[in-house]
Amino acid sequence: MLRLIWLVPALPLAGFVVLAASGGRLDRRSIAWIGAGSVGLAALAAIAVAAAFVAAPPPAGAYTQVLWHWIEAGDFSARASLYLDPLAIVMMLVVAGVGFVIHLYSVEFMRGDEGYNRYFAYMNLFVAAMLLLVLAGDLAFLFVGWEGVGLCSYLLIGFWYRDAVNGAAAQKAFIVTRTGDAAMAVGLFLLFASLGTLDIQGIALRAPGAWAPDAAPVVAATALLLAGAVGKSAQLPLQVWLPDAMAGPTPVSALIHAATMVTAGVYLIARNHVLFALAPAVQYAVAIIGALTLLGAGGAALAQHDIKRVLAWSTVSQIGYMFLALGVGAWAAAIFHFMVHAFFKALLFLAAGVVIQALGGEHDIFRMGGLRRRLPLAFWAFLVGGASLSALPLVTAGYYSKSLILDAAWASPQGGAWLWAAAWVGAALTGLYTFRVVFQVFFGAGATTDTHRVGWPIRIPLAVLMLLSVIGGFVEAPQVAGRLEAFGHFLASALPPLQPAVAPGTGFALGVAEGIASFGGIALAYAFFLRRRSIAALVARSAIAAALHRLLESGWGFDRLDDHLLVRPYLALARRLRADLADPGYDALAAAAAAAHRGLSRSQNGRVRWYAGGIVVGSILLVGAGVWL
Amino acid sequence: MEQTSNWLSLAIWVPIVAGFAVLATGGDQNARIARALALLGAVAGLLVTVPLYTRFDSATSAMQFVERTPWIERFNVFYHLGVDGISMLFVLLNSFITVLVVVAGWQVIRTRVSQYMAAFLIMSGLMNGVFAALDAMLFYVFFEATLIPMYLVIGVWGGPNRVYAALKFFLYTLLGSLLMLVAFLYLYNETGGSFALADWYRVPLSLEAQVWLFFALFAAFSVKVPMWPVHTWLPDAHVEAPTGGSAVLAAIMLKLGAYGFVRFSLPILPDAARDPYVSGFMITLSLVAVVYIGLVALVQADMKKLIAYSSVSHMGFVTLGFFIFNAYGVEGALVQMISHGFVSAAMFLCIGVMYDRMHSRLIADYGGLVNTMPKFAALMMLFAMANSGLPATSGFVGEFMVIMGAMQVSFWIALCAATTLIWGAAYTLWMYKRVIFGAVANERVAALTDLDARELVVLGSLAVAVLGMGIYPLPLTEVMHASVNDLLKHMAAGKL
Repeated sequence: MLRLIWLVPALPLAGFVVLAASGGRLDRRSIAWIGAGSVGLAALAAIAVAAAFVAAPPPAGAYTQVLWHWIEAGDFSARASLYLDPLAIVMMLVVAGVGFVIHLYSVEFMRGDEGYNRYFAYMNLFVAAMLLLVLAGDLAFLFVGWEGVGLCSYLLIGFWYRDAVNGAAAQKAFIVTRTGDAAMAVGLFLLFASLGTLDIQGIALRAPGAWAPDAAPVVAATALLLAGAVGKSAQLPLQVWLPDAMAGPTPVSALIHAATMVTAGVYLIARNHVLFALAPAVQYAVAIIGALTLLGAGGAALAQHDIKRVLAWSTVSQIGYMFLALGVGAWAAAIFHFMVHAFFKALLFLAAGVVIQALGGEHDIFRMGGLRRRLPLAFWAFLVGGASLSALPLVTAGYYSKSLILDAAWASPQGGAWLWAAAWVGAALTGLYTFRVVFQVFFGAGATTDTHRVGWPIRIPLAVLMLLSVIGGFVEAPQVAGRLEAFGHFLASALPPLQPAVAPGTGFALGVAEGIASFGGIALAYAFFLRRRSIAALVARSAIAAALHRLLESGWGFDRLDDHLLVRPYLALARRLRADLADPGYDALAAAAAAAHRGLSRSQNGRVRWYAGGIVVGSILLVGAGVWL
Repeated sequence: MEQTSNWLSLAIWVPIVAGFAVLATGGDQNARIARALALLGAVAGLLVTVPLYTRFDSATSAMQFVERTPWIERFNVFYHLGVDGISMLFVLLNSFITVLVVVAGWQVIRTRVSQYMAAFLIMSGLMNGVFAALDAMLFYVFFEATLIPMYLVIGVWGGPNRVYAALKFFLYTLLGSLLMLVAFLYLYNETGGSFALADWYRVPLSLEAQVWLFFALFAAFSVKVPMWPVHTWLPDAHVEAPTGGSAVLAAIMLKLGAYGFVRFSLPILPDAARDPYVSGFMITLSLVAVVYIGLVALVQADMKKLIAYSSVSHMGFVTLGFFIFNAYGVEGALVQMISHGFVSAAMFLCIGVMYDRMHSRLIADYGGLVNTMPKFAALMMLFAMANSGLPATSGFVGEFMVIMGAMQVSFWIALCAATTLIWGAAYTLWMYKRVIFGAVANERVAALTDLDARELVVLGSLAVAVLGMGIYPLPLTEVMHASVNDLLKHMAAGKL
């Protein structure tokens, strides 16, 4: 059974090839069947493989399949190999599973779009690349998936190509992440130069023997990998591309820019946790980046008008939580939050998609309202997703994963009160910005809209994700909720558990504090955005608040900063070089030759006196040279 | 006289003879015959190179398919041919590109058809000769002879400023070659009157002599590559050349210079090449090409110029790979040469497809092509991605190997080289975005028709090559191993 693992990425890839080769000759029904069907089959294959793995774990706790030898030179060999361990299983199931429900949703959501075939082709290619990324056993091969998802992200952000803004957003996303990718590539080369292999398990085996903790090469290599992860996962300071990436169709945002691709950085760090454990300074940087990002992005989410941009900043912020978890060594907690986040954030995007489509493409939450009754399914879906995102205690999946991270931030030797406090404030912010949207969009006086009926291809994904956003967390529970460690145990062979655990008394206090943050945020949202809107309006009128609002809305002004600091100087320099500095040199040479030619040809004037004079001068010079030298 | 087979002679002379046959069809009233005959000749030329791969023994570094006959006996010049793992693939690449160029010029070229087709066939045979020659004088003759058809292609079928461009191209490359001839004559004397490369590999030379000779050869090869800062003839030549000329220029002719380095400079002058100052000089020039040219390419308004600069930048990887002296670098450089052959040819042919319809190379005249030419947009996306080094395309493999080799030498060299991932993506995708994405820019774009079958075959076969090489490059690198290892061993031994 495990031998069928290659089918998991191969099926969506086959779907892509068929759709791409058809060149638009297929009817919509066949496109939907191939597009969603191939991912559905991949999900089934993934479940079958995972079941076989759990039923009879392979000898070393992992299964490797070498597909072919990819690049060989000297003693370097990059193998196209798949590696299946518990970590890969979790990632694979989430990618294929969430991928499938989003494909199903797209069958109806994208029905009216003229680019139906192109859409499913790109989406299938994305799922294939993402599965490759999480299953690759070799970092070079992983890089194929890594860049492949970047390509698909680029293509899908720019999916509606007629609007030049979308093309610009796509290009920005690609080039910003490419900057991180270039650093990551250098990190890979450094790893190979030092360890002689890019096989992930080989690296994990050799690194502790080759390097003392904090040795320069391992610090450099992990810092470079971190740069790649920061780019892909839209963390500070490379977060700028993700809000703009919302230009793509909503299911794309759900799958690529919320559930899967943007968490690739988290996976990369978790996968190479052995290296990061050898570089405590870099690991600490991961935690700091995570904490800063979760706060900054949470603040930015608070000031957005566009419902998708709220969710985008929220994604940045939640990935910040995952980075924080990685940074304090709670590897499994990061992956747990990745999984749960994939459920509820995909749900939120899909619900938002229904709202947007029902309102004929309206994105601005302040032009929405009272949609609770008109769009009940979207309302409940958004409410469940929002509750899970706000980590409503005990009843939502988000609570279990987030409290695990907060506990770890407190208890871990790499953590501390400050990191915990940042995460706590972030948790309150999350409730606030999430329910600001809930109250604004679904409650209050409303824009008029006809009831919008959706078919089963949209209802089923929403139902499934609602269920998972609630029960998906019941596999791991903190102290205060009765301590369960099924998820952590399952991952234990791939990711070492966090030591030491939280003391029972502290755990209870932390749990209460976390509950307060969640409820507090929601209560504030209720007060400001539903109950006493006048307060919010009053605050908004003050000059300081307005300035702060502008700052937050612009995402802390990073776009302007990058524009002034990087893009403009780069373009200005390039423009100055347009004519290519080297060429004028040769033109000068040619001009000098021409001038000399003119000068000398003037001396050939046919006058005997001139020639005689020339002979005399020449003879004197020659004789002089003979005497002197 | 030793003769193991005559496949190499066929690879050289089939296209040349076919070229003269095409020429004999005369004026444009016989254009149909000329085209058919040219295609026949090009395909036959490709077929006779197939045995070079299928019968190649990748276990040995020795020259294979060797042919040797006295040519000018008074000066010990031999008609001496043979290929090893370094040169064999270029003969195949060249013959493959020639077929595509003939097909690409099928309807586009309407004046002097027979002469156009003949020029490319003859050029193809001559360039095969460069890659196969094991006698320096023979190499020199082929190397110089290739200039003539290319000069004519640019000068006759080129754009408005073609005479300037053709002359610039000719002068740059010819001046460099003269110093190469001087170096060859010196080596001829040193070896007691032999032009055989095998003798030159063995002849002991002092470091001083090696350095002088190195720079004499450098003059010829660096112009051809072209390396920064002697690259400035290339953008002009590309802009003015017809599509086919640009494709062959980028895909094959630039490789002659790089091939010169690896066939002559490295093995004949190993100590000069490995001298830290000399290799540092070469690495510096290569990195400048990668970084500086990446910047210059970004703001070009003319697509052909942009891709020409991108060629210079990509060829920087080739010279970088050669001068870090390890298997990753040298094999990576060779892979990069082949990949660039496919990708640059594809990019120029793509621009040609647009130019044939719009008669403009300026980015500003385009916009929104995807609306009217979706198939073309999809294929060009693939090539654009290959040009920016996306994994699973050929563009990635070579760059990956070269940077990996550079990392063995120095972290900072590798870091500088890796920035190409950013520059390459920036200039390629920005051009792509402005040309392909967006709303239909003007009425002429609105009236465009998508690729016809002929164009689809040309670009489609390049797409297969680019993807195939990116996903499974082993069949190409396997044949290199023995020869590259032998070269590196030879270099490490030195001559002092």
